[in-house]
Amino acid sequence: TVHTSLDVVDEKISAMGKALVDQRELYLGLLYPTEDYKVYGYVTNSKVKFVMVVDSSNTALRDNEIRSMFRKLHNSYTDVMCNPFYNPGDCIHSRAFDNMVTSMMMQVC
Amino acid sequence: MEGLTLSEAEQRYYCDLFSYCDTESTKKVAPNGRVLELFRAAQLPSEVVLQIMELCGATRLGYFGRSQFYIALKLVAVAQSGLPLRVESLNTVKDLPLPRFVGPKNEQELRHTALYSSDADNSTPYSGVIPPPPGRVQVKKGSVSHDAVQQRTSTDQQESTSPVVSPQQSPPTSPHTWRKHNRHPSGGNNERPLAGPGPFWAPFSEAQPGSSTTGDSIWSGHSPPPHQENWVSFADTPPTSTLLAMHPASVQDQTTVRTVASATTANEIRRQSSSYDDPWKITDEQRQYYVNQFKTIQPDLNGFIPGSAAKEFFTKSKLPILELSHIWELSDFDKDGALTLDEFCAAFHLVVARKNGYDLPEKLPESLMPKLIDLEDTTEVGDQSGEVGYSSSPAEAPPSKSPSMPSLNQTWPELNQSSEDTAIVHPVPIRMTPSKIHMQEMELKRTGSDLANPTSPLLVKPPDLSEENNMSSSKFVAGNTVADGYSSSDSYTSDPEQIGSTVTRQRSHSGTSPENTAPPPPPPRPHPSHSRSSSLDMNRSFTVTPGQQQAGVVAYPPAVPPRPPPSQGAGPHVHRPVDAESLITHTSTSPQQIPEQPNFADFSQFEAFAASGVNEEEEEEIETHSEVLLVEKPSDSAGSLRVAKTDGRVEDKAAASVPVNTGKGTTPLAPPPKPIRRRLKSEDELRPEVEEHTQKTGVIAAVLASQPSIPRSVGKDKKAIQASIRRNKETNTVLARLNSELQQQLKDVLEERISLEVQLEQLRPFSHL
Repeated sequence: TVHTSLDVVDEKISAMGKALVDQRELYLGLLYPTEDYKVYGYVTNSKVKFVMVVDSSNTALRDNEIRSMFRKLHNSYTDVMCNPFYNPGDCIHSRAFDNMVTSMMMQVC
Repeated sequence: MEGLTLSEAEQRYYCDLFSYCDTESTKKVAPNGRVLELFRAAQLPSEVVLQIMELCGATRLGYFGRSQFYIALKLVAVAQSGLPLRVESLNTVKDLPLPRFVGPKNEQELRHTALYSSDADNSTPYSGVIPPPPGRVQVKKGSVSHDAVQQRTSTDQQESTSPVVSPQQSPPTSPHTWRKHNRHPSGGNNERPLAGPGPFWAPFSEAQPGSSTTGDSIWSGHSPPPHQENWVSFADTPPTSTLLAMHPASVQDQTTVRTVASATTANEIRRQSSSYDDPWKITDEQRQYYVNQFKTIQPDLNGFIPGSAAKEFFTKSKLPILELSHIWELSDFDKDGALTLDEFCAAFHLVVARKNGYDLPEKLPESLMPKLIDLEDTTEVGDQSGEVGYSSSPAEAPPSKSPSMPSLNQTWPELNQSSEDTAIVHPVPIRMTPSKIHMQEMELKRTGSDLANPTSPLLVKPPDLSEENNMSSSKFVAGNTVADGYSSSDSYTSDPEQIGSTVTRQRSHSGTSPENTAPPPPPPRPHPSHSRSSSLDMNRSFTVTPGQQQAGVVAYPPAVPPRPPPSQGAGPHVHRPVDAESLITHTSTSPQQIPEQPNFADFSQFEAFAASGVNEEEEEEIETHSEVLLVEKPSDSAGSLRVAKTDGRVEDKAAASVPVNTGKGTTPLAPPPKPIRRRLKSEDELRPEVEEHTQKTGVIAAVLASQPSIPRSVGKDKKAIQASIRRNKETNTVLARLNSELQQQLKDVLEERISLEVQLEQLRPFSHL
């Protein structure tokens, strides 16, 4: 499920020729009949992809909310990146980052 | 149990000791383990210890509760002062010195005693001998067994034999610790001190074992590691006292540190007692040490240590990367990937604390925040770079707040400020600038429709002919208040159809215009000209524009070229020749014949006049439009075409305008040009374009006159074939573009339809009534 969404993200990235930076993309298409969830994709300037899976039962989060969540994610991610001890690709152990993500999820639920 | 009254100092001291012994945090301390060590360290005869335990009730209970522990400690103090152990003496003896413990706990106790003992029984701070802090560290790390401790105690006792005061006294901690280290090397315990710091700073100590101290001189011959350990561990507070910060690079700083330390030992006592409450506070000596370390990496104290250098530096401490990462997170206050002096000191302090077994806090302790700067560094703080100053200013604002608050308060203003100051640019600007509005616009635009293609409005235009007037005015409004335009665009359902459509157009227009206007200064929007250009009545426009065109012909040519952005300017230039040809071919294929047909041929020749590409485009557009429309409309089309040019989509617009013309048939070109015009960043462009158009027609006519002769004379079969090939290719591209544009227009139309339907539904109830 997440992997298929990654494929779609890649497809979207390659499709966007002119606007190199699509700060946010709302991909609501991945809504299987059985698995009721939505997958949102977000791509940064450095091709780092954020994928958010949301349960459809959570009566549709507004698009703005999703976007603000991605923005916060992006900000926290850059903060984590600033850490010279962090190697890109590692699992992020930053507590601040985790706190931010958890708080964001709590807001939604 | 007897009531026990403790002084404040005693209270704290005992609490500290209790927590020290309470390794399992069970609030109960078993007699074994640390408690026994502690009592052993008190250097009391074992029967006294047993007596104490009995008195406090531990033997009854089998463990040391907090009260028992306190009583036991008090009894230890009583015993140490030579008084007989009596229960009554607990409360009757006044001014009882704090119990002193020698041995593994020494440093801690010593620290405590130094902290708590206000009475100056430590007359000879420097000469006091106390087991070195590493002893404690070693205990913590388990790297040294009690043997080491005993050895150390023996050496301590050796030291005690020296004229200096006996260890039993409670001299200030730092001098004691210092002493110990001196003694150790001199006592031949090089390994011991090294073993202590060894596990912490193995790489560092490598360079230093040889430099063991020489004599018993107090201040000389410190072996670097012990010295460093001492220095760092000098404890202000329990956590800080055991801090060991060793770096091989700091060897040369030792002498300076030593001298500094010696000079400030007197202050230490005071500071220690005062700063006990803040376990994370950095003492002066420690700070000085950190500053020296900072200097080795970055000579400029107001400068930064880049992340990579800091990473190397702290990696030497052998802490796991995860912890280093966490320390970095805590200490890099402004999240800029570099450490200022304050941040560096905080990070260093945290590293040392961690080395000594203290867990890292979840957030930066108040005392480590960049705002807090110790004495000598206060001036430096003020001079530090803007970022640090930034962090200082908001941090200083709420100095009185609880520790949790400052971090929060400072974090956000820090982030906000640093986001603008630091090199790292967050993807989303936090400040409320036009860029934000731009973002909103972009988002709204995207959410609203797929009006990414500026040509889409073209298709929308035809039905909106009558609304041109509205559009022009609304466009003007939109141009001025983009946000409003977007908000209005969102409220599709609430707007009447016309407005909705106009909003659509506005949106596309404003969508593109803000993008373009955001970086360059928004061009002024002359109202009168706008009204002029926006006069949508075809007749009116025609009547007006010719006059305008002629009037403005002279003024425009210089104005037009600079207007489009350079990128677009370059683009359109490239496109224009193509468009010229494509348009020409297209127009030639279009059923409509225009008296200006010969111009197309001339236009193809205009490729050479790439510089005047604007003119070409205008002409093309003019011609294409003229194909469908009356000659009166060329101004509009030219204007719209010009708009397209400015957007870099000349061909698209031309193509769109062409199909529009062909598809819509008789629909006047005014709407299509208008949308195109709306695409323009400003009304200025519209007006000038119209004028340009007229101007261009004049130019074109002149050129045409000259050109026809040229190609024919030069024309050869090859050239003709090549030209035709080129034209075909261009038409292909144009058709492809047309296709995409049509699809977009279709989308737009569908959206409009939806909005109209919604409006209809809204109106239906009223109609029923």
